[in-house]
Order: sequence, then structure tokens, then C-alpha cells
Amino acid sequence: MSDVIHWQWLIPILGMGAATYATRLSGLLLMRGVVVKGRAKAALDALPPSVLMAVITPTVLMTGRAESLAAAITAVAAILRLPLLATMAIGIGSVWALKALGV
Amino acid sequence: MFLAYVPLSMLWGTMAAAKGFTPLDALAMSFFVYAGASQFIAVDMWKEPLPIFLLILTAFIVNLRHFLMAASISRHITSVPKWLQPLLMYVLTDEAWAIAERKALDGPLSLGYYLGVAAPLWPIWFTCSAIGAVIGQSFGNVAALGDFGLAAMFITIIAGFWKGPRTGAVIGVSALVAALAHLYVPGRWYILLGGLAGVAVAALLHVEEEVTGPEDTMERGTP
Repeated sequence: MSDVIHWQWLIPILGMGAATYATRLSGLLLMRGVVVKGRAKAALDALPPSVLMAVITPTVLMTGRAESLAAAITAVAAILRLPLLATMAIGIGSVWALKALGV
Repeated sequence: MFLAYVPLSMLWGTMAAAKGFTPLDALAMSFFVYAGASQFIAVDMWKEPLPIFLLILTAFIVNLRHFLMAASISRHITSVPKWLQPLLMYVLTDEAWAIAERKALDGPLSLGYYLGVAAPLWPIWFTCSAIGAVIGQSFGNVAALGDFGLAAMFITIIAGFWKGPRTGAVIGVSALVAALAHLYVPGRWYILLGGLAGVAVAALLHVEEEVTGPEDTMERGTP
């Protein structure tokens, strides 16, 4: 019944789940009483924004001018601390508008 | 606070549906993986034949930050029986961690407080993911929004991590390396290569702060 659930997808899903739980569990088991700080902490803190930037690079920098401009507009909205959904609406809306304008 | 998970997981569900996820597929991933950023990235990478190894490795790297959070929280849940502590880690998300950590400034965390904050988020997350997938299936065309919608969401999250010019250097190098890798390395490796390049920059630019006292606020509690 592939239209109800993709059983073969459970392999990557369970693998990702195990990998995620491993990060949470190892912090508890290996690090009892150890304080991560300094350079190691700075590196780990930088992980999420750095990986997320890499994810969006092809879309926002290598697709077209409309996407790059819309990304800049979205960034301004995000820096102004607009709510998540409003920021996303602005981003998606500006891609549409810029494309409609022939950018 | 609980409400933040509703739109986010529904959004994820609609994006997953655009990649062919059924509501049960979406439920399974949100149930077993339960980590927002890595789930969005996985959906972005989701294309048959699935890069299984890369999906798992990417989830591991993206979620490495939870290693830190678990390490930090472990100092505050010493009153919880040892055998129970590993179970608590399953529901340790960014948001649950942030709230629990704030509470821990006032003293050790009780089992009840931690579970009250962290546990309800999990069923909300996987239920709303499935609902999102149902919605996504019925409105096939949200797929067109998906591509830039994801980028817009990640830009917002990146802005939330902003800590000054050093963050700019991190994401700048990440983007540069990711762009080069996207051009010259086949597959989805640009995500890890760019991400790790940015992390390397963060480590290189790190300057040891002057010690302001015997312990700073991050290290309060028993070491």
C-alpha cells in the first residue's frame, strides 16, 4: 500500500531518528559534569545558521535575480523581527511580484 | 509557546506532501526524528533515489547542537532517577531546552516541570505534521510555494541566531563554499561542506573572552 505509507522510507526516517537521538543522548551520557565552552561552544553555536545558509544558497543565490532580491527583502523583514509567517509571506510574495515585474 | 509548533509542523507537513509524503509518512518522520530544522532540510533533500547515508549524516550534523543542550540540561535534572534521564532527552528540542534552561536559573528542574514543558510538544508536532500533509495533499499547488517558502523560513531562523559581525562571516563563508560545492560536487554534499566551513570560521574567529568572575551565567550550578 504505497499510497498509505512508504515502508522503504522508514529506513532513512529511523536512521535520522537514531542520529538525532544520539546527539541528545550523548550530551547526557558523555558530558555529565563537563562544561563545553570557548572555541568548541562557539563552533557548535554556529552550526545551525551555517548549515541553514548552505541549504538555501542554491535557491537564493544561484537561481535568479528575483530570488536573490526576494531573499534580501525577506532578510530585512526577519531582521525587523516580524513574525515567522508574516516574514515567509513577504518572501513568497516578493518572489511572485518580482517575477511578475519581469526581474 | 505551544502554539508556535502548530503552524511550523503543519507547514512542514505541506512541504513534505509536496515531495510525495503521505500523512502517515509525515507522522512517522515527526514521531521518530522530531527535530524541526533537520526535518525541513531532509524534505528539501528528499528525491528518489534517496541519499540515505547523506540524509542520516546531515541530520546528525544539524542536530549536534542538541549535544550541547543535553550536556547543559544534565546538570539540572540530577533529582530525576538516572534510568529515566535518557528518556527525557528524546523530547529535548531547542524550544523545550530554552524554557527549561531559563527555569533552571532558579534551581534544579523537577521531573514534573520538565515533562510539563517538553512532553506535550511532541504529540503536537507529529499530529500537526500529519494534518499539514493532508492539507498539502488536497492543495497540490503549495509545492510551488515550497521552494522559496523554505528559503524564507530559514532566513528568518538565521536572523534569530544573529550575534553580530562574526555571524555574518560564518554565513558568508558557508554560502561561498556551498555555492562552489553546488557547482562542482555532485549530490547534496554542499549542505555539509558549506555548513562545516562556516563552523570552521566560527572556531577560527573565536576570541577567548576575558574572565569576568569565577563563573559566568552559563555555568551556574554544579560543574
